[in-house]
Amino acid sequence: MKQLEYVVLARRVSQIKEELRQGVRKPYKEVIDVSWGDPHRAGLKPLTFVRQVLSTCLYPELMNSNRLPADVRQRAQRLLGGCAGGSVGSYTATEGIPEIVHSVSEFITRRDGGVPSDPENIYISPGSQWALTNILNVLVNREASTRTGVLTPMPCHSATTLGIMGLGGVVVPYYLSEEQGWELQVEDLHQALESAKGVCNPVALYVINPGNPSGQVQSRKSMQEVIRFVSERRLFLLADEVYQDCIYGENSEFVSYKKVLTEMGPPLSDTVELASFHSASKGFMGECGLRGGYVELVNLDPAVLKYIKTLFSTDSCAPVLGQLALDLMMNPPQPGDPSYPLYDMETQHIRTTLVHNAKRAVSVLNSLQGFCCQPVEGGAFAFPRVYLPPKAIQKAKEVGMQPDTFYCIRLLEEAGLLFSAGCEYGQKEGTHHIRFCIMAPEDVMEELLKRLTSFHTQFMKEFS
Amino acid sequence: MKHRRTKLSQNRLLNMSQQAVNGVSHRGKVLTLDSMNPNVKRVEYAVRGPIVQRAVQIEKELKEGVKKPFTEVIKANIGDAHAMGQKPITFLRQVLALCSYPELLEDNMFPEDAKKRARRILESCGGHSIGAYSASQGIECIRQDVARYIERRDGGIPSSPDNIYLSTGASDAIVTMLKLLVCGEGRSRTGVMISIPQYPLYSAALADLGAVQISYYLDEDKCWSLDVAELRRALNAARQHCNPRVLCIINPGNPTGQVQSRQCIEDVIRFAKEEHLFLMADEVYQDNVYAEGCKFHSFKKVLFEMGPEYSSTVEMASFHSTSKCYMGECGFRGGYMEVINMDPEVKAQLTKLVSVRLCPPVPGQALLDLVVNPPQPDEPSYTTFMKERTAVLAALAEKARLTEETFNTVPGITCNPVQGAMYTFPRITLPQKAIDKAKEEGQVPDMYYCMRLLEEEGICLVPGSGFGQREGTFHFRMTILPPTEKLKVVLQKIREFHLRFTQEFS
Repeated sequence: MKQLEYVVLARRVSQIKEELRQGVRKPYKEVIDVSWGDPHRAGLKPLTFVRQVLSTCLYPELMNSNRLPADVRQRAQRLLGGCAGGSVGSYTATEGIPEIVHSVSEFITRRDGGVPSDPENIYISPGSQWALTNILNVLVNREASTRTGVLTPMPCHSATTLGIMGLGGVVVPYYLSEEQGWELQVEDLHQALESAKGVCNPVALYVINPGNPSGQVQSRKSMQEVIRFVSERRLFLLADEVYQDCIYGENSEFVSYKKVLTEMGPPLSDTVELASFHSASKGFMGECGLRGGYVELVNLDPAVLKYIKTLFSTDSCAPVLGQLALDLMMNPPQPGDPSYPLYDMETQHIRTTLVHNAKRAVSVLNSLQGFCCQPVEGGAFAFPRVYLPPKAIQKAKEVGMQPDTFYCIRLLEEAGLLFSAGCEYGQKEGTHHIRFCIMAPEDVMEELLKRLTSFHTQFMKEFS
Repeated sequence: MKHRRTKLSQNRLLNMSQQAVNGVSHRGKVLTLDSMNPNVKRVEYAVRGPIVQRAVQIEKELKEGVKKPFTEVIKANIGDAHAMGQKPITFLRQVLALCSYPELLEDNMFPEDAKKRARRILESCGGHSIGAYSASQGIECIRQDVARYIERRDGGIPSSPDNIYLSTGASDAIVTMLKLLVCGEGRSRTGVMISIPQYPLYSAALADLGAVQISYYLDEDKCWSLDVAELRRALNAARQHCNPRVLCIINPGNPTGQVQSRQCIEDVIRFAKEEHLFLMADEVYQDNVYAEGCKFHSFKKVLFEMGPEYSSTVEMASFHSTSKCYMGECGFRGGYMEVINMDPEVKAQLTKLVSVRLCPPVPGQALLDLVVNPPQPDEPSYTTFMKERTAVLAALAEKARLTEETFNTVPGITCNPVQGAMYTFPRITLPQKAIDKAKEEGQVPDMYYCMRLLEEEGICLVPGSGFGQREGTFHFRMTILPPTEKLKVVLQKIREFHLRFTQEFS
């Protein structure tokens, strides 16, 4: 496995932060870290209701006072009732606290306009990637004479590709069409299968919607094509939908793979095997550090499900705070609840900020010579293409770096912006990209864009 | 709350074809028993296995009003202290609440030392929030605190934060290390030595990774002690069919509770060096030591005290967790491992491996920071903290003694002293007729015994077969965690059950 590109940047950023602390003069006062899909790191605040409930669950003495609103106390009481010994320090059932698993299944049904969801097919895990790794573990047959392949989008965030490789699987890339807004075109799926011939045995197709890093929101038509494709080619469908609450495009709408599958009716709806993933890390809550995610399994062989359950049991259970965060995500305050006005205000503010940021980032990037950014319809990132001058590419080669990593290192040194390099995600040969998180306060985004503009202009001039 | 299955309404809603309703699919599945990873089929984890599933079912039945000879199921199968009524440590929860909702820092309900620690932890978090991802290896200042804790614990032997990897419980780190160590094919496939009996996470991980399990027997007649001659026997036999590379040891032991003597630890280290084995020292119960004359010696400390010939060559990983000891905070999934003498290139691979899961839960990391950085004598929370900690450990010690004493009065049950950890693993004598009956039922004898105990008394234990035991012997593992009064009742009921059972099959 190749060296992780971000390690280079991560090492340098610790040094820079230390230098700033020691008072070394730089063209900036602090580093803006938008290298992860991490809203809190970028400056967005946690939701008050969520944190009030969690703190009360952690320290139930808080229930015996009027410091916190009544609905906070009630919710904490209900949640603690589902914890053994009334403590968030107890283990839970493997698949998650039953009441919370049930909340998740009800949420899924509401979201999908009434499509039933069976709590028995839902597993809460320490973040969605954990559940994905477990499902991949079942799919990837290391003992087989031919290696197992998983069709994966290019570009794709590295945790998944590393995960597949770590299990002894083969990443089979299918290229998203950048010029068409990173659209998933079924011809590219066919091409990917072709490329796998003689190399590996593809068993699954991994799709991210909304995309990471690409930011596209799949159309229903495209999703139907994917479903037909996996059915014809006998592939297991892995649908990573953690950004489903992050939709910005005016004409974009998130619809779940499960819903589209159900709408397509039998035989597809009862045969296509699907695992959908979601998490409390994104959306308005942005609680990445709590590690709360889940997988819903659809149309799986019951005999296999038994083994999946045993596999999850060896992990004991997901962290309880992460499970609670999921419940709070599925069951936010309702109109009439004491916490509702503040909750509504905070979420509206975040929504407005993100929609604004998505538009603004794309607009600024596309106004600069040397950048081309597809619309950010959803997700957490802008992923513009950078047209690096040949001299810059040459310089990068000389210092032994990938060209877009070189750009990012210079960006960090000179502008105090921590982005990540496109080479981390996979890109068409000869193209370069950078990725940055747009889930940040508006003023941070403005500052970021200002510094980026200034740096980029300077950089392009230097290497012209 | 009733959780009704929705399968029937689903059928109607989707208007399924008759074939599908009958469960006959008209085309094969992609993921079947044949196509799935065969290793996953070999994974078993008795602690949450079939007997626990039956216990959960019985609890449901009780809730629905089904009459049984008992009113509750006592889950003495899992090392979960809070579930059994142990209270969380006040200081720990105060700091975590402050970290979770920093507005509380203005509240005079919380002591200054709690606030100070909360501020420090929040400062080290992205955006000052425990909701931000941390570095995959764990928050740097927490790793520094862990290193300092290890140094204090081990009498000054240096520990580097770079060698500390925070994890999602110790289990996560254990599995990660095994992933790193297991390689090769056929006769050169990695062999991993683990004790019999062992905590079944190890056997599960080895099955999942397709590694070769090399079992070494602990000596029941000598208080479950470890004998190097037995290690050697197991290793030599294993060399015929695999490439032994790893030696796992759990100290204090699970399920056996034995606390290894210093001499034994030295012998094991010497053996590991001679045979070029990577040592994995699972030390999650390091504060749970009860017996007179027993003391916890960390593998690292002993290693370094054996001098540079050993301390600069033996490769090792030690594991610790926030789930056990006096904290019992299983639900936080906090833990760490310290790696010693690891090849830098291997370390680079380790860094990559841990990045797949992004990061360990930040509340668990924060909790760990408090465990390694507890209130000091000059701090306001010290008195209460020490009082609570001492009470928890004293209660466990008393329950350990009570359990051993009680079981040893039952004809047909022999129980080694519970020197440490949280469990008892008594040996039970089963009449031949009972063994035959178990066979008829298609169950291993101690599973049959435990199932009967569950159905008749509502007590959930884990059969010894789930941990491994010498052929022809039977055991069960019971936790010593229920509150003392309840424990007395449980011990009494098991006593009565055992006598009844023996009588029935005489």
